[in-house]
Amino acid sequence: MARRARGTNVREIEMKVNGIAYHETVEPRRLLVDFLRDQLGLTGTHIGCEHGVCGACTVLVDGQSVRACLMLAVQADGAEVTTVEGLARDGKLHPLQEAFWEHHALQCGFCTPGMLLTAYELLQTNRKPEPDAIRDAIAGNLCRCTGYQNIVTAIQAAAQAGGRA
Amino acid sequence: MADTPRRKWVGKSIRRLEDPKLLAGEARYIDDVHESGMLHAAVLRSPYAHARIKRIDTSRAKALPGVVAVVTGKEAAVLAGPVPAFCAEPVVQHAIAIEKVRFAGEAVAAVAAVDRYVAEDAIDLIEVEWEPLAVVSDVESALRPGGPLVHENLGTNLVFGRTLTFGDVKGDFARADRVVRRRLRWPRVAAVPLETAGAVAKYERTSRRMTVWANTNMYHYSAMPFAGTLKVDPNKFSIVPVAVGGSFGSKHLLSKVITIAGILSKASGRPVKFMEDRIDNLAASDSHASDRSYGAELAVTADGRFLSLRIDVVDDYGAYFQFGQTSHGNYLSQVTGPYTIGSVEITLKAVLTNKCQQMVYRGAGSEVNNWVLEALVDTAARQLGMSPVDVRRKNLIRPEQFPYKIPTGNYYDSGNYAGVLDLALRMVDLDRWRQEQARLRAAGRYIGIGLATCQQRSVYSATEFWFWYEKPGFPVTATPEGVTVRIGQSGQFTVSLNSPFWGNSPETVVAQVLAEEFGIDPSTVSVLYEDSLRALPAAGPGGSRLTVMLAGAVTGASRKLKDKIFRIAAHLLEASPQDLVLADGKVSVAGVPQRGLTLADIAANAHFFKMSLPAELETGLDASHTYDHPFTTPPSADRSDLGAFYPIVAHAAHVPVVEIDIDTGLVKFLDYVAVHDCGTMMNPAALDGQIAGGIAQGIGTALYEEFVYDSEGQLRTASLLDYLLPTAAEVPSIRIGHQETPSPYTPYGLKGSGEGGRMVAPAAVANAVQDALAPLGVEVSELPITPDRIVRWVREAQARR
Repeated sequence: MARRARGTNVREIEMKVNGIAYHETVEPRRLLVDFLRDQLGLTGTHIGCEHGVCGACTVLVDGQSVRACLMLAVQADGAEVTTVEGLARDGKLHPLQEAFWEHHALQCGFCTPGMLLTAYELLQTNRKPEPDAIRDAIAGNLCRCTGYQNIVTAIQAAAQAGGRA
Repeated sequence: MADTPRRKWVGKSIRRLEDPKLLAGEARYIDDVHESGMLHAAVLRSPYAHARIKRIDTSRAKALPGVVAVVTGKEAAVLAGPVPAFCAEPVVQHAIAIEKVRFAGEAVAAVAAVDRYVAEDAIDLIEVEWEPLAVVSDVESALRPGGPLVHENLGTNLVFGRTLTFGDVKGDFARADRVVRRRLRWPRVAAVPLETAGAVAKYERTSRRMTVWANTNMYHYSAMPFAGTLKVDPNKFSIVPVAVGGSFGSKHLLSKVITIAGILSKASGRPVKFMEDRIDNLAASDSHASDRSYGAELAVTADGRFLSLRIDVVDDYGAYFQFGQTSHGNYLSQVTGPYTIGSVEITLKAVLTNKCQQMVYRGAGSEVNNWVLEALVDTAARQLGMSPVDVRRKNLIRPEQFPYKIPTGNYYDSGNYAGVLDLALRMVDLDRWRQEQARLRAAGRYIGIGLATCQQRSVYSATEFWFWYEKPGFPVTATPEGVTVRIGQSGQFTVSLNSPFWGNSPETVVAQVLAEEFGIDPSTVSVLYEDSLRALPAAGPGGSRLTVMLAGAVTGASRKLKDKIFRIAAHLLEASPQDLVLADGKVSVAGVPQRGLTLADIAANAHFFKMSLPAELETGLDASHTYDHPFTTPPSADRSDLGAFYPIVAHAAHVPVVEIDIDTGLVKFLDYVAVHDCGTMMNPAALDGQIAGGIAQGIGTALYEEFVYDSEGQLRTASLLDYLLPTAAEVPSIRIGHQETPSPYTPYGLKGSGEGGRMVAPAAVANAVQDALAPLGVEVSELPITPDRIVRWVREAQARR
């Protein structure tokens, strides 16, 4: 649990992000997304609306997708967090990322990290989703560039290629 | 086509060079820029649409620990002048309002603090005493004599009005058998990219140098005016591009975002980041788009020929006028669509109200005119008892008529519009859908098949910014795009771009062109983005120009490089340059491939072995080339002929099929076919992506999106819960077809295509809904076609019967 630091309105928290352990001090009001971006320097998670609609800031907290703009960093104390930086390994893209590249599922790339993590969560529970199930899953992530079709195709292709890992 | 040149890389759907960094979270967007000592800004915004600032007290905000600078409008005006604008005379505006505010959300004060949280705390501590004024909430109240004025010094809210006439409009209307009339209402929408606008400004007080990182564009045009606004010498003021999370026209200028960051950096002596939050962006981004009321008339003959077009348009510009009449100059390039219409008259009234001001949004006003024209065409078909297909066929410009000059003076370069229409109808299987529509109608279901056949002008010329004015203040005529191509010591290619990445594919385009020209692997090309002080002239993405213009710039640079390469190779091979051929990254004597040199050999000589070069050549292997508009001519003084200003013209036919539940007003897509002719395609996959994305935005405009202001000038749709962007649940799969009619004026015959989807979709979707509801007597005259509107229209139509 978050521990109050000496005499100030801050808390100490511990969090594992993309497999790395952190022990940090934060104000209770600091959003998880600001903590990840500004305090840990993980700027791959993007801020689109700060009111939970657009999904650009989606990260996984203990395996579940979360809008990092609607969660406080202190609420993620003790959690394991995955951001887009945790998908590629040693410079090798994750199969979902490869599929997004192959099927032109991104243009400006701003929604992409949130889309990837939403898709990652979907493939954990549904190994061969139909297009309708994919559309349902990503309906909470706005994309203003692609019209979504290529994203649906890419997620389906990643699933077929066994992109769950 | 038999005579199409064989190309290896132009026309190939290679994977984009841009993508790996975007996928991995490595791209650097504006909010990822961090300078040491950097402060964060927040802005106090007006709660009133129209009010005088009687008193403003920032002392409590200044006293808050962590706050470094607080500036009011008056204080800001010492550090910076009015913000840059395009042809915006006679409306002056400041980044932070001085004395009075003119829309809800206008900046009143700005704070720089150690972080955004503290900056927002400080905003809450600023006290303002307001004197609310009567609100100009709509066009009617704006034009009422004796009513309140948005800018008192103008003496009117009608900031601009003019009629332009092209050809014998009076005569053509007198000759017509019938005049088709519509009154139409296009809603205020905006690009709403996923990333808001932002800037980091770093002012070095002793050297008086300012560096600005921003997700803007056009810094070849705008850096100098920004330097003037922020009172920095132009050669010490630099704009650095960053990756941009979508723009669609909304981020061309960012005059206030950049200026506010600059003011706060001057005030604090520290780098300052200002990021709009989403509420800032929706209410005060200065990037709302067209908000128009139309009276439109099409003069036709009894057998369905179009003679003349008369358009009366009133545009609610909001509180300022930063882009002048650009969005009305834009559509004059294609105002008569793909049809042979002999004359046209436009009357424009630009009106100021207490709302956020306009910028451009994908289509830049031409998508609005496409909707107006296609509504008239379908209405003409209904009134004449013709089918929408037949009435179009009768009026489409024929392939042998190109280049075709339209009444306004612009040219269409090439096209085969009937071919596009035929392919679209084949793909959708129109006959089958008409049968299905009749069958389901009998079962009480409402199916609509929409058709829109529209132009997509591309590659703008700057004259559209100013030709509405009788005496333009700054009649710019350059729309350049420069690149520098460097072949390094090992023979590898690096390209410097002078425009930002906006979500399109500039890196992929230049790599494909270099691959085509030199036979290299495009994935090996490295691309850099230059800041404004290092940059060659460039206008950047906009007006569907970038692919064409980059191709022109890179082929130009390639010619210069090849000339040097051939001269070096000829010297080393003891051959004549004209006997040499370049293929697959190798220069060899024609017919004797073993007598050759790789580009790496030649590059090494060019960089390291001066004595191996012909005496007249200098060391190195690089070339810059600035390509300007391929075909533009000046407007006539009386503006009866606007000249060629948007002559690279793509074309598309869209056929959406919808089903409407008349009890709930829900619109469901059963199919959507889009056929585009964008000339020679550079990268078909990227093109399809642009088309599908544009259609999604067009569906948003047609069915969901609208900025709603109430009578007090308050924005009622100021969050993404209320301003509805289409999601994956609403946007259907689009079936896309292509025809390729090359442009005679551009490299490889390319045409621009970035706006095509949104150019056509609102018209096509509106016509589909109209087709579905026509049996009920409903007339679709207003967008967006929301469920509540459909239900209301159906009830009203039923009550009339």
